[in-house]
Amino acid sequence: MADVTMRIWRGDSSGGDFESFTVAQNEGEVVLDVIHRIQATEAPDLACRWNCKAGKCGSCSAEINGKPRLMCMTRMDQLPEGPITVTPMKAFPIIRDLVTDVSFNFAMAERVPALLPPPMPEGGYRMFQEDVERGQEFRKCIECFMCQDVCHVIRDHEDNKQHYAGPRFFIRYAELEMHPLDQNDRRELIREEMGLGYCNITKCCTEVCPEHIHITDNAIIPLKERVVDANYDPVAWLGRKILRRTKRSSADAAVQPAP
Amino acid sequence: MTAVESSTRVVLGGTRGGPDVPTLRQDRWWLQPVVTVSVLTAFVIYSTWAAFQNKYYFVGSPVHLVSPFYSPCLASTCVPGSKIGFAFSGWNLSPALLILIFPLGFRLTCYYYRRSYYRAFWWSPPSCAVADAHATYSGETRFPLVMQNLHRYFFFAGLIFNSLLTYDAIDAFRQNGGGVAVTVGTLVLCVNAVLLWAYSLGCHACRHLCGGNVRSFKAHPLRYRFWKFLTPLNAKHMNLAWASLIFVALTDVYVRLVASGALTDYKLF
Repeated sequence: MADVTMRIWRGDSSGGDFESFTVAQNEGEVVLDVIHRIQATEAPDLACRWNCKAGKCGSCSAEINGKPRLMCMTRMDQLPEGPITVTPMKAFPIIRDLVTDVSFNFAMAERVPALLPPPMPEGGYRMFQEDVERGQEFRKCIECFMCQDVCHVIRDHEDNKQHYAGPRFFIRYAELEMHPLDQNDRRELIREEMGLGYCNITKCCTEVCPEHIHITDNAIIPLKERVVDANYDPVAWLGRKILRRTKRSSADAAVQPAP
Repeated sequence: MTAVESSTRVVLGGTRGGPDVPTLRQDRWWLQPVVTVSVLTAFVIYSTWAAFQNKYYFVGSPVHLVSPFYSPCLASTCVPGSKIGFAFSGWNLSPALLILIFPLGFRLTCYYYRRSYYRAFWWSPPSCAVADAHATYSGETRFPLVMQNLHRYFFFAGLIFNSLLTYDAIDAFRQNGGGVAVTVGTLVLCVNAVLLWAYSLGCHACRHLCGGNVRSFKAHPLRYRFWKFLTPLNAKHMNLAWASLIFVALTDVYVRLVASGALTDYKLF
């Protein structure tokens, strides 16, 4: 059992600073274990959000040595020697200590138009395995919001939050756009109001995803290509004119299907 | 039906936690941008120099070797034997300048290279969780970066170039006085063509056009098979991007050395 020094951000919306704690560290422990030990021994008022301690609830997201990580999945013995820095997620407003206000994500979640299947009698919908598998990857998302946190579009440019959904919701849009039963066309909505063009595919979201979802390759770039089909490809435009196909406007796409 | 309206407002501002510093990362996050800048700058300098050289791009004997920077050779000033059927009569500059815009455009608009140079050259951001170097950011929503959306057209042009370079590689086996010969140069041209095909077919636009754009794989089984074939190549797109870039330069170096007489193209059989 060795001691470890933890530099933890303490504070709230009025300001804050690092506070150092030197505590015991046991073999096999994760950062969250050490945070809990600090709460139990030295700082009972240290605020930290957590729940499952198994990497499945997405609650304990923080920045460990400057990188967004789940505290419950980051082993202490995999971190370099020396003091370990733990700070709250930078992209979101702080509530207290390591807890941030992630309601930006809930606002964006509410704006995602729901699945719009064709009317069919009960039990009539069919999906085949190859189509199920395609969307399955996106369903692994645990909503830790680390992809949102690391995305420089909102991390470094607060004003973009008004018109940028972020990687977490691009995988939701991708799942819907690739759904064989969905009849909605969200391409204009994604381009105009969800800010897909702001993404410059630096793949940081993919790098930090604890579920190893290929956010950029399998969701964002396919969405970008769909937007190219709809807006930037003159051959596709000509094809739509000849076949008299129209794409939905962003306002139409955002309309909820009747319950 | 009513338009969806969010009841949870996006509140801008609010105090963020953590110190106001560009990054708290302690690892060598700067290494990847440094390597990217070094390799890409070296390639640009070499290819620009090679494109303006206008000599030593063709070997006529014992086999035909053409540098990929000069193929197809479309200028009337091209070395005899390196030309294809069509030639621009009024072009007196290096023939490489006529064609390099297409492979350059393909790589410049490639999703992988975009990631690399946005990070390494534009510092937007230099690395993950490292602050963006710019005060404002509009991404690829405005001119000129909105032109990145033309990637698929450069991909189509790239396919034509790959076909021509494949023809060059096969034609290289034809010995000058008749018969077939295998030299180190012919193998170099073959590896170059294979790497370029692998890089091009792993392109995200290709994967989308071949099958990714359908909603139901079940309804499009052939396109699903294409998509499944291309997906592993797409997963290796980064490796193939670097390998094909470096090898295309090495191929030019090899042809240049043989054409200038500094090296003999060793005949294997």
